[in-house]
Amino acid sequence: MDAIVLQILNGLDKGGAYALIALGLTLIFGTLGVVNFAHGALFMLGAFCAVAFNKLIGLEQVVVDPTKTTAWGTPLETRVPYIEVWLGDTGTTMLNYSVPLSIAFAIPVMLLVGYVMERGLIRHFYKRPHAEQILVTFGLAIVLQEIIKTYFGANPIPQSAPDMVRGAMDLGIWIGFDPGTVVYPQWRIVYLFFSLSVIGGVFAFLQFTTFGMVVRAGMADRETVGLLGINIERRFTLVFAVAAVVAGLAGVMYTPILPPDYHMGMDFLVLSFVVVVVGGMGSLPGAVSAGFLLGILQSFASMNEVKTILPGIDQIIIYLVAVIILLVRPRGLMGRKGVMET
Amino acid sequence: MSIIRRPMNRRSLLKAGAASGLVLATPTIISRSAWAETNFRNDPTNSKTVTFGFNVPQTGAYADEGADELRAYQLAVKHLNGEGDGGMLSTMKPLSLNGNGVLGKKVDYVTGDTQTKSDAARASAKRMIEKDGVVMWSGGSSSGVAIAQQSLAQEMGVVFMCGLTHSNDTTGKDKRRYGFRHFFNAYMSGAALGPVLDKEMGKDRRAYHLTADYTWGWTQEESIANTTEGLGWETVNKVRTPLGAGDFSQYIAPVLNSGADVLILNHYGKDMINSLTQAVQFGLRDKLVNGKNFEIIVPLYSRLMAQGAGENIKGIYGTTNWNWSLQDEGSKAFVKSFGQEYGFPPSQAAHTCYVQTLLYADACERAGTFNPAEVIKALEDHQFDGMGNGPTLYRGSDHQCFKDVLVVKGNENATSQFDLLEVVEVTPASQVTYDPEIFGGELGPYKV
Repeated sequence: MDAIVLQILNGLDKGGAYALIALGLTLIFGTLGVVNFAHGALFMLGAFCAVAFNKLIGLEQVVVDPTKTTAWGTPLETRVPYIEVWLGDTGTTMLNYSVPLSIAFAIPVMLLVGYVMERGLIRHFYKRPHAEQILVTFGLAIVLQEIIKTYFGANPIPQSAPDMVRGAMDLGIWIGFDPGTVVYPQWRIVYLFFSLSVIGGVFAFLQFTTFGMVVRAGMADRETVGLLGINIERRFTLVFAVAAVVAGLAGVMYTPILPPDYHMGMDFLVLSFVVVVVGGMGSLPGAVSAGFLLGILQSFASMNEVKTILPGIDQIIIYLVAVIILLVRPRGLMGRKGVMET
Repeated sequence: MSIIRRPMNRRSLLKAGAASGLVLATPTIISRSAWAETNFRNDPTNSKTVTFGFNVPQTGAYADEGADELRAYQLAVKHLNGEGDGGMLSTMKPLSLNGNGVLGKKVDYVTGDTQTKSDAARASAKRMIEKDGVVMWSGGSSSGVAIAQQSLAQEMGVVFMCGLTHSNDTTGKDKRRYGFRHFFNAYMSGAALGPVLDKEMGKDRRAYHLTADYTWGWTQEESIANTTEGLGWETVNKVRTPLGAGDFSQYIAPVLNSGADVLILNHYGKDMINSLTQAVQFGLRDKLVNGKNFEIIVPLYSRLMAQGAGENIKGIYGTTNWNWSLQDEGSKAFVKSFGQEYGFPPSQAAHTCYVQTLLYADACERAGTFNPAEVIKALEDHQFDGMGNGPTLYRGSDHQCFKDVLVVKGNENATSQFDLLEVVEVTPASQVTYDPEIFGGELGPYKV
């Protein structure tokens, strides 16, 4: 039983990441009708916002000690972050909390990236076939990841969670299990709650604001909204930027779980598309539910008991579910009629 | 004008026969070696330079390791051509090189990108052989890629000096006459780790393996399990994980309550960084199982990977082919050259690539030719020292180098960003040497 609880938890936090990426993806598709293959790259850019912020606040004062030398004969350098020199303990605390603090850095950066991407490239492809949209956004994703590789290298760059939530916690004792049987990383629990909050925030934004109402109306019937004299394009630009922020924040908070590297966006991209297809193209609740569902199924498929009966199932479960869903419900779990249908 | 026909007598027949025999025999008597030398691919005899090929991952997950390999190759070429401080040329024993290139020819080089994909690596190597005329090529950070390139080397008749490859298969069932490996292998990791694990963790342990699902992972899992089971440890489970899985949490969660008290991560590169980071996050290192501290082992370590895993490597045991902190003359000379050239110490990948280039060049000098068949013979069973790993044998029967193996531990008190691994034991070559028959394979012919 403890193994099942662990895999549910694991599936939920994995699903949280899938849901966040898929949410932005389906938001863009639902509003702009664009199949954005650069969405994984936005997740990666978010993660590198955390890396860049950490490097920025961790800039070091280099003091050369001429009395000591390195193994290769040059004078030894002692490095201390400026922030610690200037702010003392406060500086140390800021470095410790660099990942959560980088959210404040990532939001404007990702808004800007989203805005520039939409205005500079994506809008020229609104009326072009989906195949062309896929090609141009995929190309953009490759360009973005190569830029990141040039600046940050190909190796993953570790980012630490704050000390307070770095270890694992014994969840089992709260839900009636023996101590030490259901132990789970604290940061992953933080991530789960963070993803739920962001998802809730996006839904609230769309549900309870006038802006959101217009966007939802635009998703349902773009032409009629335009006929009412509303500049839907301007709003959609902002929707793209919001989707970029959501993907970026998912990336920022994921860095302590997975040390970021330039390729991490591609690793999530295919999965996120499967999530969108299973959830139903253009359906926000569908994307979120499918994200969690597939995360949990993937976790269960990796259990040794399951793999003993069905070897290799952990590697194909997501695609298997996608095939079944598309056969049984071609529009996905919560897909709407008319989306991507002629 | 008159034509006088003279009858052929016995004397004139003998004279003509002797003259013809002399003419026919002359090339083989006077220029036998020249004749032989032209009988191989990319013979550089008529050129002032000789070209080496460096085929490293310049894109993909191992691009940083590839970049370090390339730095080492460039340094080796510099030293071979008599530039710089000479690096290990001042410590290598025996030494036939004299800093004026190889066999009097200046060394030139071309580079390629393996992308850490077998097909891309073969295509790149083929281009180097056919278009650039390389007499030898080297590089790589993956066993699958190394094995694919060795086969090509045998087909094309051009020597391939492996870069970083740790699978037993490279010099085992997939060994080739035209392929040589300086790097150690999974069997040696197991043999070196055994006594240290015995001392540090005891004989009563239960191990759980997470293994990258490809040739290197399988052979490492087998070698390490053989070692630990030999110590009396029980293997609880062996779980294969897809290469590049990213999130390993679904594979780590079952370890928690499996009864295992040791997790062995048969992962390398990004997989190692991710699985180790996540295993530590799951609190495995703080766990007490069967009355013992839970331990994690990473059998193959690399400093570049350790950098990616950050502080999670602290106190974790593994093995490595070489480390820049070694204090022998060869290591010190190489670290000094590399550090002065690039501003940081070399990785183990850089070390093995640098050594391979020097060893090949030295073998050409000793053979007195670039003819691969002769160079191969010069490398086979060659014994050398002063290259950072103590006295070393390039065993002729499988083209595997036998030398000391380092057992290392993630440094708990690092003094710099490069001081990540602490050498806890230098396992002598004799302890990691094995019978080549156990892994089978056929080297193939000298002449192709």
